[in-house]
Amino acid sequence: MVVLIRVFLLFALVGCSTAPEPEDWLYQQLGAAEGLEKITDGLLREIEHDPQIVHHFQDTDIARFRKLLIEQLCELSGGPCKYSGASMQESHTGFQITQADFDNLVGHLIKVMTEQQVAVSAQNRLLAKLAPMYQDVVYR
Amino acid sequence: MTDLSRLTLALPFLLASLSAGASGSKILATGGATSIAGAAGGGIVPWAVINGYGSSGQWSVTGYFSQVGVDDFTLNSKGIGFSYDNRYEVSVGRQQLQLDTMGGELNQQIIGLKYKVAGELLYSKLPQISVGVQLKKQLDFAIPSAVGARDPHGTDLYLAASKVWLDAFWGRNLLLNATVRATKGHQTGLLGFGTAGHDDYQYLGEFSAVVLLNPQWAVGAEFKQKPNELAFAREDHWRDVFVAWFANKHLSLVAGHVDLGSIATFNNQTGYYLALESTWSF
Repeated sequence: MVVLIRVFLLFALVGCSTAPEPEDWLYQQLGAAEGLEKITDGLLREIEHDPQIVHHFQDTDIARFRKLLIEQLCELSGGPCKYSGASMQESHTGFQITQADFDNLVGHLIKVMTEQQVAVSAQNRLLAKLAPMYQDVVYR
Repeated sequence: MTDLSRLTLALPFLLASLSAGASGSKILATGGATSIAGAAGGGIVPWAVINGYGSSGQWSVTGYFSQVGVDDFTLNSKGIGFSYDNRYEVSVGRQQLQLDTMGGELNQQIIGLKYKVAGELLYSKLPQISVGVQLKKQLDFAIPSAVGARDPHGTDLYLAASKVWLDAFWGRNLLLNATVRATKGHQTGLLGFGTAGHDDYQYLGEFSAVVLLNPQWAVGAEFKQKPNELAFAREDHWRDVFVAWFANKHLSLVAGHVDLGSIATFNNQTGYYLALESTWSF
């Protein structure tokens, strides 16, 4: 336990001594505009092949969904965009999205980011921003 | 070690035969490992997580084998666990404590139940909270009885809270778990339950901290508070540090170092911990 605490303190010190992170750090880590398009397209491909969740998208305008998802990821990651879609709660109400559906989507996102060689730290940063949306998306 | 060696030899074949199917929806590593008593958790602490990778509406089956080897004792634990809906967990396990120096062995059977009450490990601000019960039966009561234990049967109750902080520091995810256990067991029940003069529950704290280095690798430390009721020998708190490798949603391995303190008059019991787990979800 003492060792663990020392490691934490060391990490804290390292954190303090480095330059402040740019606001668009995550956006750049995800590959900026081009990277976000690749991640989104990868995610759409995974959804298309996932019988657990693909049925939720049967009435979805995919081109519009793609544009909004890129916008949202861009804004969330500190990029130069403004998300123009509905709130997470509004856009998911009535779909009866389950925890398993949500888990699958998170799994697909991790897989696609790993394929795009996004660093683990950047993956975790994005997941930390997306995870709180669970309560607005699931069982609505 | 023979059982474990056999399993290790079988490992490449096991890996080769694993298909991509039956893997469940939960994110890798969120089913935890299996503790020596059969509940999903760390090595010596049951967590609030539910075993396997079955998410809502899905089933999961988990088999495990682990071995703790310290100076004068070897503990083999094996069993099987089931879960449904990422909410209900049942486990049936057996522990064999080999008395390497004294000779002989003590066996214990454990049936565990766990129910997730609230929260979601990854997704809610509130930690995931579960309650559990472990029905324990000491199968070789002669020695425990001779050293002052009152009962070969015992029921442990616990309340556990687990939470993962994504991107907690240095871009890594951190899992913290705290468990409160009510027990009458000596050395987790391996030396029986209660004494002639004292048959009340004791409330004990158990804690784990784990850093997820990446989706497959984790390092952690645990502390398990223990009672000290038997007059013939001191009982100490347990500690461990471990490395866990989640190969995929079917196979995980944990290797650790344990410090079990004094057991039945044998002091400074330190050594290794190895655990193998295979899980299938539907």
